[in-house]
Order: sequence, then C-alpha cells, then structure tokens
Amino acid sequence: FEQAPMYVAVLTFLGFGVGTIFGYLRDFMRAWGLEKRNVAAEREQQKDFVPLYQDFENFYTRNLYMRIRDNWNRPICSVPGPQFDLMERVTDDYNWTFRFTGRTIKNVINMGSYNYLGFAETDVNALKTVTIELQKYGTGICSTRQEMGSLDKHVELEKLVAKFLGVEDAMVFGMGFATNSMNIPALVGKGCLILSDELNHTSLVLGARLSGATIRIFKHNNMQSLEKLLRDAIIYGQPRSHRAWRKILILVEGIYSMEGSIVRLPEIVSLKKKYKAYLYLDEAHSIGAVGATGRGVVEYFGMSPDDVDVLMGTFTKSFGAAGGYIAGKKDLVDFLRTHSHSAVYATSMCPPVAEQIIRAMKCLMGLDGTTQGLQRVCQLGKNTRYFRQRLHEMGFIIYGNDDSPVVPLLLYMPGKIGAFARRMLEKNIGVVVVGFPATPITESRARFCVSAAHTREMLDTVSTADVLLKLTSDTPLKQHGKICLTCVQCKIPAALKGAVIINKV
Amino acid sequence: MAAAGMGQQWVLVEMVQAFYEAPAYHLILEGILILWIIRLLFSKTYKLQERSDLTPKEKEELIEEWQPEPLVPPVPKDHPALNYNIVSGPPTHIITVNGKECINFASFNFLGLLDNEKVKSAAQASLKKYGVGTCGPRGFYGTFDVHLELEERLAKFMRTEEAIIYSYGFATIASAIPAYSKRGDIVFVDEAACFAIQKGLQASRSNIKLFKHNDMADLERLLKEQETEDQKNPRKARVTRRFIVVEGLYMNTGDVCPLPELIKLKYKYKVRIFLEESLSFGVLGEHGRGITEHFGINIDDIDLISANMENSLASIGGFCCGRSFIIDHQRLSGQGYCFSASLPPLLAAAAIEALNIMEDNPDIFQTLRAKCERIHKALQGISGLKVVGESFSPALHLQLEESCGSREDDVKLLKRVVDYCMDSGIALTQARYLEKEEKCLPPPSIRVVITVEQTEQELDKAASLLKEAVQSVLN
Repeated sequence: FEQAPMYVAVLTFLGFGVGTIFGYLRDFMRAWGLEKRNVAAEREQQKDFVPLYQDFENFYTRNLYMRIRDNWNRPICSVPGPQFDLMERVTDDYNWTFRFTGRTIKNVINMGSYNYLGFAETDVNALKTVTIELQKYGTGICSTRQEMGSLDKHVELEKLVAKFLGVEDAMVFGMGFATNSMNIPALVGKGCLILSDELNHTSLVLGARLSGATIRIFKHNNMQSLEKLLRDAIIYGQPRSHRAWRKILILVEGIYSMEGSIVRLPEIVSLKKKYKAYLYLDEAHSIGAVGATGRGVVEYFGMSPDDVDVLMGTFTKSFGAAGGYIAGKKDLVDFLRTHSHSAVYATSMCPPVAEQIIRAMKCLMGLDGTTQGLQRVCQLGKNTRYFRQRLHEMGFIIYGNDDSPVVPLLLYMPGKIGAFARRMLEKNIGVVVVGFPATPITESRARFCVSAAHTREMLDTVSTADVLLKLTSDTPLKQHGKICLTCVQCKIPAALKGAVIINKV
Repeated sequence: MAAAGMGQQWVLVEMVQAFYEAPAYHLILEGILILWIIRLLFSKTYKLQERSDLTPKEKEELIEEWQPEPLVPPVPKDHPALNYNIVSGPPTHIITVNGKECINFASFNFLGLLDNEKVKSAAQASLKKYGVGTCGPRGFYGTFDVHLELEERLAKFMRTEEAIIYSYGFATIASAIPAYSKRGDIVFVDEAACFAIQKGLQASRSNIKLFKHNDMADLERLLKEQETEDQKNPRKARVTRRFIVVEGLYMNTGDVCPLPELIKLKYKYKVRIFLEESLSFGVLGEHGRGITEHFGINIDDIDLISANMENSLASIGGFCCGRSFIIDHQRLSGQGYCFSASLPPLLAAAAIEALNIMEDNPDIFQTLRAKCERIHKALQGISGLKVVGESFSPALHLQLEESCGSREDDVKLLKRVVDYCMDSGIALTQARYLEKEEKCLPPPSIRVVITVEQTEQELDKAASLLKEAVQSVLN
C-alpha cells in the first residue's frame, strides 16, 4: 500500500487530539450542568444499579462520532441500484436527534451499496420467477433445516451453487454473518490452530473465538509471516504441552472489504500443501465480482476449486439477496449438515430469496439463454479499471488491487470524513466514509463500490466531484456554529498536494 | 588550578611507579583478568531461552512427519440428522413431506400467517418497489424506510420506547448479550436456555452461573452467594454488571418463567433482566404482547426483550425492544447489526402486515390457547410418553416415560413413532440438538406444535394417532 506523506499523519493526530480536548471540555460542562445532556438516561428506579455503560467507553461515541453521525445510517426509499432516493434528514440539535422533512432526494448516485453485478433491480421481467415463488411459498419457514425447514427450493439452490463453483456439494444458510460464526466452531475446536489474517471480518473473528481453538494472526497478505507461523506451529506444537496440533486452519478473505486487496491465493495454496494445513476462503466480496466468468478469486488466479478446502461466500453482495453458503467436498458438506449450529437451531433461507439467487446464478452461468451474465461481469471489470485509473490520475491515494471493485480512497483527517461525505451528498452522490474504529486511526477513508450497473457518465461525475471537493475544502464546516478547527488543517494538504490538480481546473 | 593539575600529574607518576614496583605474579594475574574481561565482552551473547537443541534438519523432519486430522470426521450414512425431510411447496397447514401430504404439526407457524394473502400481497408490493436484497449493512445505505417503520410499529405494539431489528433470529440474542455483558460481568442464566443464548454468553466472555430450571430458590441462593462475594471486594462489585437471562416460554421444556418473582429478585439484588420471548411473542397475553402482558407486569421493569420474528410473525429476523437508553447502544455495538446486511425489505413489509393482522384480530390468541389446552388434555393418556410443557404452550415435547437405556436407542424409537405418524398423515418431527455442544442436553423428544389453523378434528386425530403409534412401536 502506498504510504502517505509524514505531514498528513501529523495533522491527523493533531485533528484527533483537538477533538479529544474538546470532548473532555464538553464532558466537563455536561457533568457540571452547564450544557444540556442529550443522551438517554437510566430509569429513576434503577439509579442505584451498577451502571450499564462506563463513561469512558462512550467517550468516542459522544464526542467524536456524534459530530459526524449524519453520514451513516442514511435511510433510503428505493431499490439500492446504481441510483437511489434518499430520505431527507435534518437535525436541530447537532446530530443528537434527526427529523425527516418528508422530502426525498432523488437519483443520488449510489457508490455505497454492495451491488457489484447490478442484480438489485426491480425490472418486472427479471423478478418474474421471484414473484411467482413468493406467491406460492410465502415469506416464512418457521422451522430449522433439520426439523421441518428443508424445502425443495433449498435442494435446488444447493445443487446450483455446487455446479456454479465446480465443487461436489454445497450448503446454504440464512445469513452471511451467521454462516461464519456458526460453522467455524463446527469445523475446529480445542486443540486446533487457526491462522487468521490481520484484517479479517468480524464474523470470521467471532467464529474463530467461539470455536475455542488457539488463534494466531499473521500480517495482512504477508506470506513470510504466514510461513513462519506455520513452521513454528508444526515444530513446537501446542504452547506449554508441546503436543502436536490436531488441525491447522488458515482463514483468509477473497477481497478485503476495507482495503480492496485481493488475497495471494496461489502462494497460500502452495504453503498449505507444503505444510498440510486447511484453507478456509471467505469470498463474501469476491464471488461474482472477480474472475472471467464471475466465479471468484479461484478463477481469477486460474486455480482449481479443489485446492481450497472450504469455500464460503455470501449472496448479499453480488447476487442482490441475503444468505451465505459453504461449498467443498461431499464429506465436508455432509458433516456440516449434521453438525452445523445453523442447521440445528437456526431458520433456513426463505424461498423468495432463494429464488432470487437461483435466477441470478442462472443468469451468470448463461443457463437462462442470454449472455447477460457474462456481460455484467465484463462491464464490472471495465468500470472498475476505468474508475481506478481516473482516480489514480488525479493523484489520490487508493488502496487495493487494480481489479477489485472495492475502491478505498484515503482521507486521513478526521475533519475530512464529515466534510467529504456531506459535500458529496450536496452534489447528489452517496458515498460511504469509514473512520476509527473500523480502520486504523490515521487511515480514515471513503470507500467506493463500483457496480456493473454504473454507466461511464456516473463514474465520471463521481471522479470529477472528488477533485472539486479536494480543491474547495476551504469552506469550513459551519454546521456546528463554530468553525471546526480540523478544517483549517484540511486546507493545507490540498493546496500543497495539488499543484498539478489546480492547473487542470 | 595549577595546584590541581599538579596533583593529577603527581597521582599519575605515582601510579606508573607502583606499576614498576609491583611483584611479577600480581601483574600477570591482572593481565589475565583484563584479557578475560575483554573476551567476555566481545564473545557472542548466550541466550538461555534459545532452543538450540533442534537442527534445521530435525525441523524439516518434524514438518514432514506431522499428520493433521482429516478436516472433518466421516459421517456414518445412517446418522439420524443426515437425511433431511424435504418439504415440497410451502410449509403451511397441509404440508407435503417427502412426497406425502400431511397435516403440519411441526412448523412454528402459530398464528397461521405463513400463507396469509394479505401478508403475501404486502410482500409483493415491497418486492416491486425495492427488489430483493438490501446490498449493505444498516450503517451504509442499508436502512430502508420499511425498517424504520417496522421498528416504530414494534416499539408501539410492545409499548416500549424503541426497537431494533436484526436480519436473523439466531443472531438477535446472540449479538444482544455480548453488547452489554463483557469480560468480568456476571450472568445468571437458566439451565434450559436455548442454544442462541448459550452462544451469546460464550461470545461475551462473562462469568456464567447456571441455576436450576425455573427454580427461584436456587437463583436466590446464587444471588446471595454473589452478594457475600461483593462485600469482600466492594470496589470491584461497583463495576461488575449483573444480568439474569431467561426465556418467556422455554423452547426446550415448554414452560414459562416465573416473572413476578424474578422482578422481586431484580430489585432486591440489583440485577438487570434480559427476557427472550421468541416463543411467547404473539402467543401469550391478551393482545399477544408476550409474557409481560400475561403476568400483568410493567414492561419498563424488564431491561431488554428480545424475540425473533420467525415464529408468530412468519417472517425472518428478530428484534429487541426496551428503553432507548438500552437499545440505542446496540446500534453501534451489536455485531449482528453493524456488520451484517440488513433485513430484505419484503420480509420487513411482511412482518408489518402480520403485526397489523395481530392488532386487528386479538381473539386469535384466545383461540390458540383453547386449542393448546384441548390437545394437552388429549395427549395426557398416552402410556409410554409423557407430555412436557404448560397447558397453554403451543410447543410441547413428548418424551419417553422410561428410557431404553441409551440416547441413541431412544432417538431410534422416537423416530419410528414419528415415521408411523407421518405415514398416516400427521407431520411431526423430533426436537434436534447438537449433542456435544449443549450445556444441559434435554432428553430426546418429539416436538408437537399447535397452530391456529388446525381444526378440532385434526387435533383429536393427531392425539389418537400418536396413541396408536406408541402402542405399535413399544410392543
């Protein structure tokens, strides 16, 4: 990843420092009653119970997050396609409460939803089969897979998923997050070792913790770190008792959602074969989005799906539905059918959602008679490359692999997070900004998700808007009624950085 | 100054003189010592921890020799849970299982809303407007106006300040508990708590104290013990939070928790109560508001109510409701809320419509209760099986009165009973558990679910069929 210049890091820390000082000041004023308390309070009858939240835990929430809270949880009222309609929201008391004005902001360009192949659509022809199935099956299942909840639709879907990925068998679950957190404990237990990437998603971390196995972290996409851990693990065995590990499982993701980097699959597979470990690949963002025909990172690197022991993915991102799957050899799937927590205790996927996945997958595989699926994948590839190239030309720091449709654009300063998102909304573009704690404290970013449904004009609009925004960040945020000191710092890097950019405009 | 300089020079001269006058052995000894010190200073440092006992060749050998277990142990072909019952078509009142049409006594479709036309048309309208998926978590443009509407409606229905929706029923309580209870906090939980609660507790890393099922004396004993502990260390006690987690209607045993006594204990020992109402929401209480309405308790006395919408509301997902002070915290720290895609809007619209139906027809709850009582009475006389569950509980268990000896044999016997019933047109299922993972494994049983759609004849038919089945299998 490209590193930022040193002054940026310094200014970022300064920004956070100023925010923290103000936070303490306001807390002090609140404690002494000089300022109104806007947070909900404990019940009168329960005032002498042990406090539910510690004051310090919520310090960040109260003081730093609340200032820019209007950039998250923005409600929409249309399909999350390439453009959507946002409900207009205003706040009278600096983001403590929101009020809907009743108006909608129409046709905002959507750069935030995970709609990689554009299957989030309301075209009547496309959703014909889903409508029929919804009428036939209704919306609920009211039972678990092992009891009375296994429908013929699930069997059909599982066969299709297995065929799509080129593996022996597959099993589907009702929620992507739950797929990880309920199946990793079924696969590994005490006495096993999990080697997990530094930047793995919360669901993988939760699943690993719930399993009871020992967890060791290797540096992001760093093969030397992984190899060293593998060697040490096999040679020295379990800590203290030095018994051999029962199994070693490597947890990686196809595309990492905050960095946009693609896993180094060939190297990991060769390591895994050399040291006899097992590989669990979470393709939540990469299935459908990379690869010549949309079959994920396995196809992207030209490898065989047999190389990966457990292929996991979700249907939320590229297929416009909900749920997750695990695919692999028949033994593995049979074991999961009997021992997965989800099969025994959690409801199965609902039929209309299953039908949406079936029709999307058939479209991708070309089974519906058209080449629409392939066209979508190609369009996504083109859009990704074009967008990344444009942003790179303009001098922004972008993380991630050139082929990944997740494009994080680094903002660094805390003041810029709020400013960027708000100004983009004024230009009718909806973006997602992320800061601490989802990312390291100095690397706040805006994350764009390119979709096959975006047209070239939309991408052009977004990239030029970025440039204008960087230049015109001299307008301080007056929403607070006082000038936000961090914005003064925003001015400096734009001017220093953009000698080339200023000339362009 | 000059005198000091002279003094120094004087000392130096004296030293050199002493050097020349010293005996030879003295000089040699000191020379050797100095050389030794220099050698020690420049030789390589010796690390005590270094495992210098393995050569690279030995390391390679170890790596070659190590054999891991197979990723998954092989599953025997006749494992009872391997072959699922495949349902063709919707799992409604008349259900087609494995090709045979039966009356459904196994799906938790208590209010019969699974194939309700109004619910379906609300879902269709939502499908036309929003498509299927939400393509994002709640924080990143995954919040739809239907979600906000559903949260408001649920909060109004349950008469609390706020509600929060999750996209999966299991994840609801499993994310809610770790959001409040952290390492070092204490949770008192009933033995018969369902698996989702157990996973939530495991994820929270708190101290778990199990008390015997519905035994308030046992719980009070544990609370008193905790109180004496607190007095020994008051500073720590002031920051450890305490919770009681109970279910309204227990899934594993079919009975209710004694909520009024729990409230008394709550105020006496200053513990917070988390109530899991998956089975009792839409079943108990005059208007279906759950166990708080059933016992006539002020809903503000319960800190958090969590339920899933997959039983009475015939949708998918779950919700938590309570005061804003408590619920708002989950919007940033509930893992299943922040890091997972939101509920598909068609399911949210279906749930809103189902709520409408529940509010408009409050008499279905009475009808359901009457049916439960009827079948509870009818099932009492079966010799060999005992009925486990309250008389107004719509989810009962039928356990063997005396076990065959091993759990496997019990399971096989019950399977034969279930197969007999299914061949004759009543769809039943065994209650499934993960045998190695449960904390307190309930005995094997047949699950009987009563819904509002079953007629009295069907209820009687089911009861007599079960009698027949048990007769023929046990003899």
